[in-house]
Amino acid sequence: MSPIADPPLLHVSDLKVHFPLPRPHPFAPQRTVHAVDGVSFSLPRRTTFGIVGESGSGKTTTALAVMQLITATSGSIELDGTDLTTLSGESLRRARRRFQMIFQDPYSSLNPRTRVGDIVREPLDLMEVGAPAERADRVTELFRRVGLRPEQLALFPHQFSGGQRQRVGIARALASRPDLIVCDEPVSALDVAIQAQTLNLLVELQRDFGLSYLFISHDLRVVQYLCDQIAVMYLGRIVELTDRNSLFAQPLHPYTWALLSAVPGASGGSRQRVRLQGDPPSPIMLPRGCRFAGRCPFAEERCRREEPQLRQVAGGRSVACHLVTDSGEAPHHALPADADSPV
Amino acid sequence: MSLIAPDLNDADKAVDMPAPAASPARDAWRMFRRNGSAVAGLVILAAFLLMTLIGPKLYPVDPFDIVSAPLSPPGEEGALLGTDYLGRDITAGIVNGGKVSLAVGLIAAALTMTIGVTVGALAGFYGGMVDRVLMRLTEVFQVMPPLLLAMAIVTIFSPTLWSVAVSIGIVSWTSSARLTRAEFLRIKGLEYVKAARSIGARNRRLIWRVVLPNALPPLIVSATLTTGVAILFESGLSFLGLGDPNLMSWGRMMGGNRPYMLDAWWAATIPGVAIFLTVLSISLIGDGLNEAFNPRLRER
Ligand SMILES: Nc1ncnc2c1ncn2[C@@H]1O[C@H](COP(=O)(O)OP(=O)(O)OP(=O)(O)O)[C@@H](O)[C@H]1O
Ligand code: SF4
Ligand SMILES: [Mg+2]
Repeated sequence: MSPIADPPLLHVSDLKVHFPLPRPHPFAPQRTVHAVDGVSFSLPRRTTFGIVGESGSGKTTTALAVMQLITATSGSIELDGTDLTTLSGESLRRARRRFQMIFQDPYSSLNPRTRVGDIVREPLDLMEVGAPAERADRVTELFRRVGLRPEQLALFPHQFSGGQRQRVGIARALASRPDLIVCDEPVSALDVAIQAQTLNLLVELQRDFGLSYLFISHDLRVVQYLCDQIAVMYLGRIVELTDRNSLFAQPLHPYTWALLSAVPGASGGSRQRVRLQGDPPSPIMLPRGCRFAGRCPFAEERCRREEPQLRQVAGGRSVACHLVTDSGEAPHHALPADADSPV
Repeated sequence: MSLIAPDLNDADKAVDMPAPAASPARDAWRMFRRNGSAVAGLVILAAFLLMTLIGPKLYPVDPFDIVSAPLSPPGEEGALLGTDYLGRDITAGIVNGGKVSLAVGLIAAALTMTIGVTVGALAGFYGGMVDRVLMRLTEVFQVMPPLLLAMAIVTIFSPTLWSVAVSIGIVSWTSSARLTRAEFLRIKGLEYVKAARSIGARNRRLIWRVVLPNALPPLIVSATLTTGVAILFESGLSFLGLGDPNLMSWGRMMGGNRPYMLDAWWAATIPGVAIFLTVLSISLIGDGLNEAFNPRLRER
């Protein structure tokens, strides 16, 4: 990817989404889930920005906040210079045609009582896209474009397979000709063969319609195939943010390194396998220093005291780790390439 | 990875033949039709409805007229089902009394569902403060003894068919509110509701056009069973003498003839059987609907 001169399509800055938990009794202290806790990134036009991370790291919450489907606690989400968090009511509703979402579960993302043709038509009617008389043609065209047959328009979602349902969801997201499509694990519920077809379809659509994707996944191979830039999330924070090639060639953050080593053939030439021990700490009671310290083989005294901030290092990469130097040396680079890691 | 042209040799074909567009409602009806006891319930209920609608024309005897000696057994003295303690024709009572039971049952159930669904839908959809206030209100109604409350309302507004139906509706909406709220809480978290919002649906559409239709199956079952309970409730009130004094009803017939049970079993038992059969048929229909809507029960 060459550097892009255009201003980015999407710019998220210091996004926080905290969920207050219900109190067991009125005098109990307020406990809060820090689902997303200070996330910033930019998505250049016509590119794909990937977010990876374990379950519970806050990927879906980030996606829903960008989609304005949950309220951000703080931070801004600028789409083409407009801060979406400042919109509400009708102005938000009108803005929605520019950003759409493809959901994870093809079984619960389509209303079981609506015919698929109507599912794809609804965005056109509700957001008043195009002349009413042309909408039926547009639905048919969308159906063809995502690889469904127009004869299937009158069927109900339960009459389709998972992969076909996901195509209906893609057609729905495309209907209003959005600029941004947020994809939350759009293939993780599908069979492997279907995954590849669906990903190919997404790539084609991006090329043909100039789409920008915010693409969320826990599958590194999917992200490697599709994404130009990748952010690795851990417990509500981005710990590393880099272009695809650098990330897969040489991960900097110890967590990224551990994630990549779990993917056969994807760990930048090294054969070591790192098994992460234990679970991430709870997003309610966050540790004081680095959130990864409890599982990090390189953790030091300082890591437990002081939280590392995301900072730029050599090669335009960003990483949040005390032990990564400004020139881009990470602690695991010193390890012998084929030794089993000491984790 | 190469770009695979979608469709055609798509390994991912589920229903390939151009299947008829079977709507979920039509599927449910097909299931319902195959359920013997549910169909029997429907037939019994239809028979009672028919009797109530056209019976009084075919059998034009006033249920308040004294036709022969009190407590004549069935078949004697020209009265097919005998006479009651005042010598009134029980057949005429059965034919005319169903109107009150069925009308009160339907009106009360409609009111119950209207209040319950509205309260439950708003509480479940909006959550937060709206939910807390509405649920507190529901609790207030729930802790009051229903029969006493209904009796109080009927007494205050003088007993008419409408006041009886409204009183039953007012005391019985809480459980449908809770059911609706639970369904709304479950459904509003589903992705298709988020999807509907993201394609520009307003709250009103989300509540009434997206969430409610998907919450309907258990609500329809509940409405059916509520009708049965309301019929029993109306019978109870009439039995206690709190029915509309100008209308004959099955519950009133039971209550009036109860003291003569040992001498003339038929006078109280026959209207009792009519109530029983009506409520039973409605329950059978409710169970049939429940199974038809709930695919997992079907396989058993
Ligand atoms: N509405 C909510 N109320 C309270 N906590 C929530 C809520 N939604 C999410 N969380 C919590 O926020 C954290 C992040 O959740 P999120 O769904 O964003 O994770 P994720 O990265 O998408 O995980 P997965 O891979 O499992 O989808 C989790 O700990 C989750 O339990
Ligand atoms: S800051 Fe310390 S604990 Fe955190 S990842 Fe870096 S080395 Fe590990
Ligand atoms: Mg998720």
